[in-house]
Amino acid sequence: MSSLITRVRLKQISQHIENGKRLDERGLHDYRPIKIEQGVIEKAEGSARIYLGKTEVLVGVKVETGEPFPDTPDRGVQTVNAELVPLASPNFEPGPPDENSIELARIVDRGLRESNAIDTAKLCIDAGKKVFVVFVDVYVLNYDGNLIDASALAALAALMNTKLPNYEYKDGELKIKQGFTQLPLKSRPITVTIGKINNQLVIDPQLEEEQVMDSRLSIAINEQGNICAVQKGGSSYFTPQQILEASKLAQAKAAELRKKFDW
Amino acid sequence: MNDKSSKLIDKKGIRLDGRKADELRPLKLQVGVLSNADGSAYIEHGKNKILAAAFGPREMHPKHLALADRMVLRCRYHMAPFSVQERKSPAPSRREVELSKVIRESLEPALFLELYPRTGVDVFIEVLQADGGTRCASITAAALAIADAGVPMRDLVVACAAGKVDNTIVLDLHDEEDKLGDADVPVAYMPSLDAVTLLQMDGILTPDEFQRAVDMAMNGCKKIYEMQKEALKTKYMVVKDTEEKEEDEEVEE
Repeated sequence: MSSLITRVRLKQISQHIENGKRLDERGLHDYRPIKIEQGVIEKAEGSARIYLGKTEVLVGVKVETGEPFPDTPDRGVQTVNAELVPLASPNFEPGPPDENSIELARIVDRGLRESNAIDTAKLCIDAGKKVFVVFVDVYVLNYDGNLIDASALAALAALMNTKLPNYEYKDGELKIKQGFTQLPLKSRPITVTIGKINNQLVIDPQLEEEQVMDSRLSIAINEQGNICAVQKGGSSYFTPQQILEASKLAQAKAAELRKKFDW
Repeated sequence: MNDKSSKLIDKKGIRLDGRKADELRPLKLQVGVLSNADGSAYIEHGKNKILAAAFGPREMHPKHLALADRMVLRCRYHMAPFSVQERKSPAPSRREVELSKVIRESLEPALFLELYPRTGVDVFIEVLQADGGTRCASITAAALAIADAGVPMRDLVVACAAGKVDNTIVLDLHDEEDKLGDADVPVAYMPSLDAVTLLQMDGILTPDEFQRAVDMAMNGCKKIYEMQKEALKTKYMVVKDTEEKEEDEEVEE
């Protein structure tokens, strides 16, 4: 990450941060403008597109039937996949998912799974045999930093927009009927990523800040203000004091976003 | 998060394997266990059995991955097919790819990457038997392997998890507690720098419980840190002993 140019830039960025400002004049703990559109892909059971500053992520949800996992025979299945699509950045390449896209998918997955966002018990059709499988596909369209928060928000928005087909199940035969019902959700987790740049904590790092930042901490918060997933990333460390500060910051910011979207 | 059909902690606060809430599983650490690696370590942490080997600093292969201004650390966390109840396919799973990344990022802060431009250090971790908390045991062993390879470090990295089981915050979860418990918080730590280099969590915790779990995990790390240093010294004591003997023999001749 730290090429010579970014080192020069690091000085600039950290000088800004010391004065309590960001490159784009934001405060240290401000998100960039966020816009979410739901239901943008008609053929998907659910979808949402998020604009977080210039970062743009599209999430599509497809629902199919499949077999449950042997250890949870009466539960539906949630799978999250992330694609860093080559059109999103000059540094993204086509090919099998690399560690960055796998980590992104697993962070989004963990936030939803650990908070029990999808009510998987209600997705069981025939215990041990047939359940609904919810595929959440995160599609990064323009990369300008903080894919984690953008993807997690868009994934939740897409799930809130997801419709299950009405069905009838008789003698092992599944018949799709007219009409839809809302995908049952139990929780609405919000993930907040805190970047550490020169020992200062900032919210929603944009691309240039990500290139110079030491490490990040992503914290998923549910409606009760409890923590349901954490992931540290990046090649540096956090002091115990910074972890405490970050968890408080994440709670405040999650509550703020929850209010903004009325989630 | 899960149905609690079985009790994981009894009335006296004793866990299924007889431990108290803040007690570690038995640990065994050995340094220099592989002759071909530049550095190596073996850890038994409860029923976890893990080998780690470090190679380098050496020329990067392929060469184009080398960086002009610093060393590249590569880590591969891999589970043997026979390490778990149901055979695991030897192909790297998404979980293994993610763990390889977070383990690398937990070790990088300990290294002086900028002092070894154009070189690479490779760390290979093989989980021979898994019993909950493999990423932590892997980090503890990998740090020893890197130290054994003679790569200068700011501090050893040591890792340990804490979590919530039956409404109690407990240290160092074993497999069953990990699967049936309410939350798991793996932490990697450099004790003399008071720096946390890996922090993950799944499950649901109140902010206060989360903080207590992180503190408990760091305390666990401090205990393992002493054993880690001891294991490193032990290897070189043996070397010194044999050298002294050889010298004695030479004098006698």
